[in-house]
Amino acid sequence: MANWNNLTKGFIRENPILVLLLGCCPTLATTTNAINGLSMGLAVTFVLIMSNICISLLKNFIPDKVRIPCFIVVIASFVTVVQLVMEAYLPAIYETLGLFIPLIVVNCIVLGRAEAYASKNPVGASIVDGLSMGLGYAFALTLLGCIREILGNGTVFDSRIISENYNVLIFVLAPGAFIALGYLIALMNVIRKKFQL
Amino acid sequence: MAKKKSSLVNMLIALFVITLVSGAVLGEIYMLTKKPIEDAKKTKTENAVKEVLPAFSSLKEYSVKATDLKKGDSIIFREAYDEDGQLVGTAIETITDKGFGGRVKLMVGLLPDMTINKISVLSQAETPGLGAKMTGIFKDQFDGKKVNGEMKVKKDGGDVDAITAATISSRAFCDAVNRAINYYKQEKGE
Repeated sequence: MANWNNLTKGFIRENPILVLLLGCCPTLATTTNAINGLSMGLAVTFVLIMSNICISLLKNFIPDKVRIPCFIVVIASFVTVVQLVMEAYLPAIYETLGLFIPLIVVNCIVLGRAEAYASKNPVGASIVDGLSMGLGYAFALTLLGCIREILGNGTVFDSRIISENYNVLIFVLAPGAFIALGYLIALMNVIRKKFQL
Repeated sequence: MAKKKSSLVNMLIALFVITLVSGAVLGEIYMLTKKPIEDAKKTKTENAVKEVLPAFSSLKEYSVKATDLKKGDSIIFREAYDEDGQLVGTAIETITDKGFGGRVKLMVGLLPDMTINKISVLSQAETPGLGAKMTGIFKDQFDGKKVNGEMKVKKDGGDVDAITAATISSRAFCDAVNRAINYYKQEKGE
C-alpha cells in the first residue's frame, strides 16, 4: 500500500509540473508538440530513476558537506549518457530537443528528488519514487504537448484532426506555453480540491 | 554502514571516487556511441545529397572557406558523377546567419547547366508555423529554377514567393541559396 501511494503521488498529488512547479524551463520550451514532450519526459524519467538508484546506494558513502557536488556529478553523468545514446540512435529527436537534454542536469526535479527522497530512503523506494515522479513529469509534458499541438497546429502525434485553417499559432509559440500551462494548473487545482487528493 | 563524517579525507575520497567512476563510465559510453553518431550524421548528409541530385554513382567532396561569414565556416561542395565520369550535378552545403532564429543550413542541388534541381533544409530554428514552413512548399518553388542573377523575394524586386508573415526567413533562405551559387561560380572561375 505504501508503495502504491508512492507510485501514484507523481501523477496528481505531487505532480512535478502541475503541483510542485519544478523543472518548468524545459517544460515550456520542449512541449511544442506531443512527441517532443513525451521524449523529453522519458529522458527525464530515465535520469531520475538512475540517479535515485545511485544516490540511494551511495547515501552513506557521501559526507553531508559535499553531497550537492556528488549528486550533480552523478546526475550529469546520466544526462550525458542519455544525450550520447539519443544522438546515436534517435538523431531526429535529438535535433529538436538539442540543448534541453544537457539542461536536464540543472532540472530542479532531479536534484530535488535526490536531496529530498533518495538520500534518505532505501533503494527500492527510491526507484519507485523516481519512476513515479518521472512518469508524472512525462505525463504532464505529453498532455501539454498534445494541447499545444492540437490548438496550434491542428495535429496530435503528427496526425491531423483540425483543418489547417483553424490553427491558433500562438499556442506553438512561447506565450501559448504559459497560457496552456496556467489553465492546466488551474484545472488540476479544481480536480484536487473536488476529490480531496 | 554508518554515515561518513564530513572530514576532509572523507570528502576527498567521496568526490574522487565518484568523479573517477563517472569519468570512466562516460568514456566507455562515448567510445561505444562514437561510431553510431558518426554514421547517423553521415547517413543524414548522404540522404540529403541523394534527395537534391539526380542518380549518381560517385561523389567528390571539397570545401571552400566562406570568407563573408564567421571564421571557420565553410561551404562544402559534393560533385556527383555518373558511371562514365560525367558530372551530373553538385550538392552545395550552404549556410546563412540571417535567419530569424539564427543559422539556417541548406543543401542546394545544382545541375551543370545552372539549374537548381532541388533544395533540402539541413537545419533551421525558425519560428514554428511561420518561418519553419520553409521546409515545405516554400523550398519547392526553387525546383527546376534557372539561375540568372540573384534570388530575391518579390518584396525586394525578385520573383521568389515569400512565406506569409515570414519575410525574414524567406530572405535568409534566398541569402543561403545566393551564397551557394556565388561560391559555385567562383569555383568554376566564372
